[in-house]
Amino acid sequence: MSRPRVIPGFGLSLGTTVVFLALATLLPLGALVLKSAGLTWAEFWGYISDSRALAAYRVTLLAAGAATFLNLVLGVLTAWILVRYEFPGRRLLDAAIDLPFALPTAVAGIALATLTVPAGPVGALFAGFGIKIAYAFPGIVLAMTFTSLPFVVRTVQPVLADLEPALEEAAASLGAGPFTTFRRVILPELRPAIIAGGTLALVRSLGEFGAVVFIAGNLPFQTEIAALLIYIRMDEFDYVGAAALATAILAFALTLLVAMNLWQGRLYRRLHG
Amino acid sequence: MSARVSETTRAGLRGHPGRIALVLTGAGAVGLLISLPLGAVFYYALREGWAAYFGYLLAPDTRHAIGLSLLAAGVALPVNTVFGLCAAWALAKFTFPGRRLLISLIELPLSISPIIIGVGYLFVFGLQGVLGPWLDDHGISMAFNVTSVVIVTTIVTSPYVFRELLPLMLAQGTQEEQAAVSLGAGAWKTFFRVTLPNVKWALFYGLTLSFARSLGEFGSVAVVSGAVRGETNTLTLQIDLLYHDQVQTAAFAVASVLTSFALVTLLIKTWVERRESVDSP
Repeated sequence: MSRPRVIPGFGLSLGTTVVFLALATLLPLGALVLKSAGLTWAEFWGYISDSRALAAYRVTLLAAGAATFLNLVLGVLTAWILVRYEFPGRRLLDAAIDLPFALPTAVAGIALATLTVPAGPVGALFAGFGIKIAYAFPGIVLAMTFTSLPFVVRTVQPVLADLEPALEEAAASLGAGPFTTFRRVILPELRPAIIAGGTLALVRSLGEFGAVVFIAGNLPFQTEIAALLIYIRMDEFDYVGAAALATAILAFALTLLVAMNLWQGRLYRRLHG
Repeated sequence: MSARVSETTRAGLRGHPGRIALVLTGAGAVGLLISLPLGAVFYYALREGWAAYFGYLLAPDTRHAIGLSLLAAGVALPVNTVFGLCAAWALAKFTFPGRRLLISLIELPLSISPIIIGVGYLFVFGLQGVLGPWLDDHGISMAFNVTSVVIVTTIVTSPYVFRELLPLMLAQGTQEEQAAVSLGAGAWKTFFRVTLPNVKWALFYGLTLSFARSLGEFGSVAVVSGAVRGETNTLTLQIDLLYHDQVQTAAFAVASVLTSFALVTLLIKTWVERRESVDSP
């Protein structure tokens, strides 16, 4: 910018922001990476690829993937009915969507676990069909779905509301049925928002701890998530092992965020020139 | 996260079985997913009656946990307000290279695991950390105590005020501030008389959400607190202890306090969004 800024306070506000960020986020994350930088590649690789860690990644990835898929379907559907239809309880539903953001994850964890243990009201229902929710894989998926529920709804909702009705009218007048219109006209417009919301939900699910540890059962090799394994390594005073695992998972989450950001940006430019 | 949805005309359901099916599926699934845990918290909290309920809440360890959580939230709130206002001002009123990167960095604590933040904190301030041994030589301890609980709570909840302010401040642009400055108003006067009144409702909701999240932070605090009963135990850690001690009603009694606070947060959000749509038609 060559012309002088009219609005004051740029230096002060940006300075405060950067200093706070450096101390609050970059310092701890930097220290974490530094701690594992003391390892040789072979040692680092050994820590992050032992069989228990691999099992934990597998459980975490599969559960987060399943939860994100559920959130995508449920999120687009919910955004659609909230924006398009008038029905009793719509405002209540709209407000309730944000509950998983406001509710502490530990509270969600004990509530979901108590409901879905085999003796619990929901768990008993499923136990009749031989399905185990709490202390098994479905419980982990349930907890992750709950805590990341608002992401897709809240990114898709405003885009859906701003869509030009003329687009759909044109499609309909050209003979497209409602399903074709949705798939060929509306869905492409929503795609950047869906990807953004889905990524946030996925990354959040991968890192979720509070809700999951109460419901998961936490058996090594079976229902132990990656975040818990880091916690356990710290508890065992295996600081280097914890640092290596945390660094690997941090790197994975960051890569995912950057990649999805780039992908979303490219889609957005293709749609809007 | 607030969705500012413009009011479009909504279609009625009467005579459209397809629409009814969509609404029943979506609202039914989400409704159950939200209302069952919510109902469970209050049901299990109160199943031994009100006397037992208040007995659990007033137990000394629980009272101490309430105090510590309030302390952490009370420190996090003003720090995150100043940070949120500064960051939103810098990012909404000015353009500069690296803006998007900065936004992503500010929002990082929302996406990465709180466990990672807690572990990172210990690698700075713990005895195994970069600064920990030096601090220890000078008689300062910043790990497994109240200080560490307060600091990680602040870090984890730092994006919330910012996130509520940024979209609104971006949408409002800089015209009003430019007008104020060109009429001779100073920087602080412009901020307090023009910018702040424009974002007061979003700020209010951001504050509530930030407060609710700091009361309810669990993962990062579990790593850095040491969870000493009656000393470094926050409300969520107390829930964890009671739950695993098989005193489930007590765990749910404590949880019901946090749940009530979450419900108040949602009420405030709904109210604020209505105010905003009235203020800026």
